[in-house]
Amino acid sequence: MSTIVSLPDQSTAALPKRNYLNAEHGLLSWLLTGDHKRIAMLYLISITGFFFLGGAFAGLVRLELLTPAGDLLAADTYNKMFTMHGIVMVFLFLVPSVPATLGNFLIPIMIGAKDLAFPKINLLSWYLYLVGGTFTLTALVLGGVDTGWTFTTPLSTHYLNTHVITTGLAIFVAGFSSIFTGLNFIVTIHRMRAPGMTWFRMPLFVWSNYAASILMVLGTPVLAIAIVLVVLERTIGLGVFDPAKGGDPLLFQHLFWFYSHPAVYIMILPGMGVISEVIANFSRKRVFGYTAVAFSSVAIAVFGFFVWAHHMFIMGVSNYSALVFSLLTMLVAVPSAIKIFNWSATLYKGSITFETPMLYAFGFIGLFTIGGLTGVFLGSLGMDIHLTETYFIVAHFHFVMVGGMLMAFLAGIHFWWPKMTGRMYPESLSKLAAVTTFIGFILTFFPQFILGYLGMPRRYHAYPADYQVLNVLSTAGATVLGVGYLLPILYLAWSLKYGEIAGPNPWQATGLEWQLQSPPVTENFTEIPYVDYEAYDFEWLAHKQKQEVTTVG
Amino acid sequence: MGISPVLWQFLNKWLTSSALFPKEASTIAPYADALYFFLLMMTLVGVVIVGLLVFGFSIRYRKERNPEATQIEGSTLLEATWTIIPLVIFLVAFVWGALLYFRIYNPPANSMNIYIVGKQWMWKAEHPGGQHEINTLHVPTGRPVQLTMISQDVFHSYSIPEFRVKREVIPGRYSTVWFNATEPGVYHLFCTQYCGTLHSGMIGTVTALSPDDYQKWTEASNSGMSLAQNGERLFASLGCNQCHTGQAGARGPNLAGLYGTRVQMEDGSTQLANEAFLRDTILNPSSHVPAGYKPIMPTYQGQISEEGLIDLVEYLKSLKTNYRVQQTLTTATSTEAAPTTPGMVKP
Repeated sequence: MSTIVSLPDQSTAALPKRNYLNAEHGLLSWLLTGDHKRIAMLYLISITGFFFLGGAFAGLVRLELLTPAGDLLAADTYNKMFTMHGIVMVFLFLVPSVPATLGNFLIPIMIGAKDLAFPKINLLSWYLYLVGGTFTLTALVLGGVDTGWTFTTPLSTHYLNTHVITTGLAIFVAGFSSIFTGLNFIVTIHRMRAPGMTWFRMPLFVWSNYAASILMVLGTPVLAIAIVLVVLERTIGLGVFDPAKGGDPLLFQHLFWFYSHPAVYIMILPGMGVISEVIANFSRKRVFGYTAVAFSSVAIAVFGFFVWAHHMFIMGVSNYSALVFSLLTMLVAVPSAIKIFNWSATLYKGSITFETPMLYAFGFIGLFTIGGLTGVFLGSLGMDIHLTETYFIVAHFHFVMVGGMLMAFLAGIHFWWPKMTGRMYPESLSKLAAVTTFIGFILTFFPQFILGYLGMPRRYHAYPADYQVLNVLSTAGATVLGVGYLLPILYLAWSLKYGEIAGPNPWQATGLEWQLQSPPVTENFTEIPYVDYEAYDFEWLAHKQKQEVTTVG
Repeated sequence: MGISPVLWQFLNKWLTSSALFPKEASTIAPYADALYFFLLMMTLVGVVIVGLLVFGFSIRYRKERNPEATQIEGSTLLEATWTIIPLVIFLVAFVWGALLYFRIYNPPANSMNIYIVGKQWMWKAEHPGGQHEINTLHVPTGRPVQLTMISQDVFHSYSIPEFRVKREVIPGRYSTVWFNATEPGVYHLFCTQYCGTLHSGMIGTVTALSPDDYQKWTEASNSGMSLAQNGERLFASLGCNQCHTGQAGARGPNLAGLYGTRVQMEDGSTQLANEAFLRDTILNPSSHVPAGYKPIMPTYQGQISEEGLIDLVEYLKSLKTNYRVQQTLTTATSTEAAPTTPGMVKP
């Protein structure tokens, strides 16, 4: 197999003497840093921790479901496990995953800036994330919470005696972390682009993070309000959601999904950005229909705000409002289809190689296509009645969030690992991990579609015996999937010390970040670049490399 | 080489009961499955097209075969194609789904009504004839059955996969769903909305019986009192009959024949007297004051259980004349003849 990787001569190569990693030493230099790259690394470490915590909860859930009887965990414990799995994975892993790590690291460099607009607010948002994480862990240590990540009232306000308030505050605080990140990105992208970096020369990764930032800034406050109202209802008996006091329990779901549906796009859009970068680079071509892909991100962000009630089709909302929300849901599916076709068309007449990031990107395309199309099942009103609240839903959003987003995250981590650390990851081992993840994923979640159509409800601690075969398959798949996720953490840690020296541009990529040393210096650019080429302009790159050779020669 | 007996048993059980699709046991089920197959085909075609593109291009344009990439800007025509074709398919899914939705949530006028009360963690069913069931539901085949459902505590959801119907059961509000069972049999009944600790224990069975068997079942499990009869007792014991006498000049409006009519309200609006209206006027009388009456009715919030409310609602639905109301009143008062005030003129 041919490859585009070109590394410097390993016998003489060394990491750059001065870079952001060794610019300052000591723990405090990290904890008080304003450098967006260091903050990105802080985020990377913390979200990885929470990912494995959330994964452990998922493991226990799957293990319990190996048998129909509720025999491994007590019903309460099981409920706490799936609740904590949801809360940790959604609020502490998926929402910050790509934006706060890769986005934080790359957006300033990609647009030719020395840092984000507000470096101290950037650090603050990491601390808020940590406070949110600590509150969640506190709730866990004190005995957990069993509301489900959706906090449905009146269950969460009147009927449960677990640590709803602590968890609610955790989500409230973590929400501000995400608002600040979004705000920082929006201001940076508007105000700090290097000369010549027009909107349509920006890499698509920046576009998709921009769209996600708008959602974060506009959507998250609504969630914060909803959660605060739940906390106030529990503490001082405010009755906004209490029918006995003239409140409406369904109002909570409107508020919650007004954020939590756009949140799905907050999670997936940055991942789509990663896929655009990876596909373009490993086919050595500019992304097919750049503007269509860029605007489809914005279209998803806009439409994404008007589909929330599709989570409530069976809740007794009026039939006619259900009709409107179903129609809008169909419309929001279109931009995603556009992206998939544009990525496929990017491969046409490319010169394709299959390094690990590309394998993850292919995994993304396959799984996201299934995840997206099964969303149409659920947006179709009559079908939703049978499928909602079953394992079909579980399978659908795991295909999008795990099959889509997590694949994209891993594609991005592998792609930019040499830039972030200056060293390559081991290629064959990582390919094995990518394939293992893909197989494990399909085996885990595909049977759940069938289970859902058969009618198995989600969040069930015990289930009728006729569903066991599919559950056994799913649990077996989860084991494989677990191995697929453990491998990267091991070899990436190994590569920090033993990986090959990557050099500035191991992928022969065109982005501004690849024209810098790896890892970059703290201020990114010693002089602000002038951008006179479009994103993914491989001819520009070839020309530049030829010139360098001539100059040196 | 033999397959493990445990695994064999699993596979056998799975394949013989319901391998990929639950049984079609209601008139709705074939319609739902038809839409499902359409959507499955859509997914299959979509995945195959994307798969062919990705794998085809990956093989044809891999670096070994195509060392130099050709730069292409894009194509407006292609963009339009893959915007419009998916849009049209999704719109078909929308229209088809909407038709099915209206079919499932608009009950036929002649359906028989059964009340369902959900509470942590059991389902109670109240048949019009007074039969009570917990975590089971007996219904006749070949006849539309409407469920009028309410929750006593948190959100629940009543799901019968073999019938392809499901609806949220909401605290303090009636919601309805209907089905027409086609095949006698015993089917799954699930609560699908997470409702606390024993959520997964809130399951049961729906038994569809042939009309004859259903007749036998109703007779065998008769409790002696229909819902309306229970309601009549409550009506008297709660003192409703003191004001709602049905006589001219009574403090409360005449309730006979009220169900199904539109009521003129004090604030000028009109409200439809359906089950939800009847239930709510008992609990929140001050928000339903009919034109010409004073807001003097006390609330019965916290004094009647959901089952009691169902009894009262059924009673009011069946109330066609006030003859029996007045009978109970006269028997109550005849033993203690009240002294007439001298000089009083009756209106």
